[in-house]
Amino acid sequence: MHCLIVDDSRAMRRILRTIVQRLGYETVEAENGRIGVERLHETSDVGLALVDWNMPEMNGLEFVQAVRSEDRYQNVKLVMVTSETDPSRMVRALMSGADEFAMKPFTEQILVDKLKLIGALPDGACC
Amino acid sequence: MPVAEHDLEFLSTIVAERTGNVISSHQAYLVESRLAPVAKEAGLSDIRALVKELQRSRTSPVHDRVAEAMTINETSFFRDPSLFDAISAHVIPDLIDARQSQRSLRIWCAACSSGQEPYTLAILLRTRFPELGNWDVKITATDYSREILSKAESGSYSQFEVGRGLPAAMLVLNFDRVGMNWVVKPEIRKQIEFCELNLLTPFPFYQPFDLILLRNVLIYFDPGKKVDILTSAHRTLASDGYLFLGGGESLVSLETPFERQVLDRTVGYRPLYPSETKHD
Ligand SMILES: C[S@@+](CC[C@H](N)C(=O)[O-])C[C@H]1O[C@@H](n2cnc3c(N)ncnc32)[C@H](O)[C@@H]1O
Ligand SMILES: [Mg+2]
Repeated sequence: MHCLIVDDSRAMRRILRTIVQRLGYETVEAENGRIGVERLHETSDVGLALVDWNMPEMNGLEFVQAVRSEDRYQNVKLVMVTSETDPSRMVRALMSGADEFAMKPFTEQILVDKLKLIGALPDGACC
Repeated sequence: MPVAEHDLEFLSTIVAERTGNVISSHQAYLVESRLAPVAKEAGLSDIRALVKELQRSRTSPVHDRVAEAMTINETSFFRDPSLFDAISAHVIPDLIDARQSQRSLRIWCAACSSGQEPYTLAILLRTRFPELGNWDVKITATDYSREILSKAESGSYSQFEVGRGLPAAMLVLNFDRVGMNWVVKPEIRKQIEFCELNLLTPFPFYQPFDLILLRNVLIYFDPGKKVDILTSAHRTLASDGYLFLGGGESLVSLETPFERQVLDRTVGYRPLYPSETKHD
């Protein structure tokens, strides 16, 4: 099972990669939403995407909307990993199909708890 | 500077007297970090001086401050999700059936700490049970520590605190953004009554509760005090009510008037009657 990491910060992608690999995911990465959609098309078994909000070319909200507009991606879990905490924007992301938010700065435990909450921990993950 | 053994002993006695909490040796490290600020606030140079002050006057207000500082407030929204799953899958539906004629529900969070537990319940009820909208639902939330209770009452939480356990949809629907914090909406807040209560004193309740959460607080008491508290809780719980403890706690090896009931992935306790016969 793959986790798609969409974030324009290389440092953030590395942190997220380390955490989800430990949980048992394989990872693919993209530095903006447009490339994220491409990676999704190329990778057959993406079960989870961790998505930044502010990115060049296509932002996180547009990415969520693009993913949910395709029938075959209705079950991919989408978690916004972002410092965006404006309630009305959060509502828009949730209505567009985001499953959860993990607010930056986050701890590993918070991210793991969020994944647990939406049933996105791989079977046998160690926590 | 580590706290001297005999000072530690003295401090444990004070905390035990005031709150009934037992400071075990593995919590000794907490003494320094929690009491240094208390000493400073009281204008004392260090913990040694604090102990001297406590020994000098039995009635000094510093006694209460020490006891408060040593009680541990760890909590979070939806702490132990399986408990809240069981409450919404079984407990509330059962109570809604049983209280059709009164149309009222009384819930008590004993030892509510900074409030995440009662707010979790209030949010859960509002989200999952809209039919309770025209019922009389009241959550009573109590704690021994006045300081933590005023934080609970404010209903104001940092990004980090709401990040732990609270689903994003519940966050945006039930909280307002105020500056850097998230504040519980007034309609949620008004379902909860906060008041100070030391569990080692008589409980001031007249109406029975239908559901009592007594979670992650019994751990601090010795077995005798646990039984006292549970016996009092039994008296204030409706005969068909529910009691829940913290995830790692159980009544095993305690003589109490409760019967264990497995509810999916969690354990609840139901009152046994007559309670008197159990203690003869
Ligand atoms: C670990 S917190 C539990 C919070 C919440 N029930 C939970 O499970 O997340 C324990 C709380 O018990 C309170 N407490 C300790 N001794 C008490 C006493 N004698 N009477 C009332 N509350 C007490 C502390 O102030 C603290 O807020
Ligand atoms: Mg960014």
